[in-house]
Amino acid sequence: MAKRGLGKWTIWSGIVVYVFLYFPLAIVAVHSFKESSPNTEWFGFTTKWYNILFQNEQVVTAATHSLIIAFVSSLVSTTLGTLAGMALSRYKLRLLPALLLAPIAAPEILIAVSLLLFFVVLDVTLGRVSIILAHVAFCIFVVALIVRSRLTSVDGNLVEAARDLGATPIQAFAQVTLPLIMPGIFAGALLAFAFSINDFVITFFAGGPSATTLPVKLYTMMKTGATPEVSAISTVLTLLTFLLFVIAYKMSPGLLRHNR
Amino acid sequence: MASRYGSLHRRIIVAKQSFINRISSRRIFTWPPTLYLLLFVAIPIVLMLITSFNSPNEDGGQRVLDFTGENYHRIAADDAMLKLFAQSFVYAVVTTTLCLLLAYPLALIIARSSKKWRGVLLLLAILPFWSHLLVRIHAWMIILNPQAGLSMAINSFFALFGIEPVSLLFSPFAVLTGLVYVHLPLMILPLYANLEKHDPALLDAAQDCGANAWQRFWQITFPLSLSGIYAGAALVFILTFGAFAVPDLLGGADGNMIGNAISQQFLFTRDRAFGSALAMVLMVLAIGLIGLVALFARGRRYG
Repeated sequence: MAKRGLGKWTIWSGIVVYVFLYFPLAIVAVHSFKESSPNTEWFGFTTKWYNILFQNEQVVTAATHSLIIAFVSSLVSTTLGTLAGMALSRYKLRLLPALLLAPIAAPEILIAVSLLLFFVVLDVTLGRVSIILAHVAFCIFVVALIVRSRLTSVDGNLVEAARDLGATPIQAFAQVTLPLIMPGIFAGALLAFAFSINDFVITFFAGGPSATTLPVKLYTMMKTGATPEVSAISTVLTLLTFLLFVIAYKMSPGLLRHNR
Repeated sequence: MASRYGSLHRRIIVAKQSFINRISSRRIFTWPPTLYLLLFVAIPIVLMLITSFNSPNEDGGQRVLDFTGENYHRIAADDAMLKLFAQSFVYAVVTTTLCLLLAYPLALIIARSSKKWRGVLLLLAILPFWSHLLVRIHAWMIILNPQAGLSMAINSFFALFGIEPVSLLFSPFAVLTGLVYVHLPLMILPLYANLEKHDPALLDAAQDCGANAWQRFWQITFPLSLSGIYAGAALVFILTFGAFAVPDLLGGADGNMIGNAISQQFLFTRDRAFGSALAMVLMVLAIGLIGLVALFARGRRYG
């Protein structure tokens, strides 16, 4: 190890980058417990912003909407994403990988306004349904990716054995493959949920101005300034998505390694 | 003879059956996600392409289809739009470079750490990506606030030399910081995925041949990691080129990017045709530039 060890400078710059990654998030957490809202005084400690938050009906409604949207998006995209992951691992496809990657790798504003245009032209009312339809489009990718990486660790002989014993392809899938890749599917569902909760740009455009979702509510609050109340919402939200990600990571540790 | 033909016949039937099974299961797995994505990703973009050739209208209502290049002429003649494209390009290039400089040592440390630590270090590097985009922007709104410590310190330092106080928030500096912070994890991941695969024996061999740490890095690690660099850089470049939320919340009057102009056309001006044309130019530029770099890189590798 020492032989190909890294220089002092590399290690130190790495530590600085880690600090750069976490310092802003820590500031948000500290800010959410800050006493006064004029930004001059840094010392008072209070949990009142959290109380105000949970009594703020608009915020609670918006959060509920966002959770419902994330739940339905996650359900639909897990189904479609599992099929896509199976397809990717079995067949050489060209169209599907490109379509899966497009909403992730294209400029987000492009996907967002094209969906807005699409819904307006088709006369779909902008709101929760249009947001869910849009979210599924980019959540399928993350599920497909994890299911595919999970499938590479499934022993193909097991499926073949089931087929030899007379199982139809569907039976073999439902009774052999599916249970084996279940942890991957579950991890994918959690990440799709987090993807949906975390989205702002596409929600903002595909939801129209009247849809009250948490990100849109946060955005309007942020436009008026960086208040401790926004920090309180941020802290709750960050803890939630971090938890989802850590659980998913524990269930399917390969999910980072096979990424991209 | 007859039995041989019989067995051949049976084999053909079996092969046919399994072919049918494979085709049908191929359809079951492939079609639903493909159709969904065609409907909600490909068709909207095609629709946008068509709309961009419609004549501009201010009321936002439906109109008869027509075909005109007017919107594109308007962009080419509009200095403000061209300036926004140029500005977005500069932001994207600088962000990509800074992300690369910050991500490289981190990815290297993770890739060279022992198996026991690797998982934790990688998780720690990726985790911030899973906080909400608005949360990460909000963090910088707090840090760069004029009343917060950083601005106060810098401005009182400037005051010593008689320099006018500057605003950190709502400035190009804030936009750049936000863009780097938001996109950094996207650079770490592909870099790490590449660096992890390097064979450590290469470095040992180089050392045995007398190469110092500097030479080992520039002549082995760096050239081998080029494909990871291209992947991460392409991703960060495309995403920052079309950024909307960061410049919208952290940028001031001169911190705008093309994403803001596009959203302006769709949400306020209601000129969807012109907005679509802007978005198409953005897409062609982003993908075209990446394509050019990829071509150049390939030419260098094999040429």
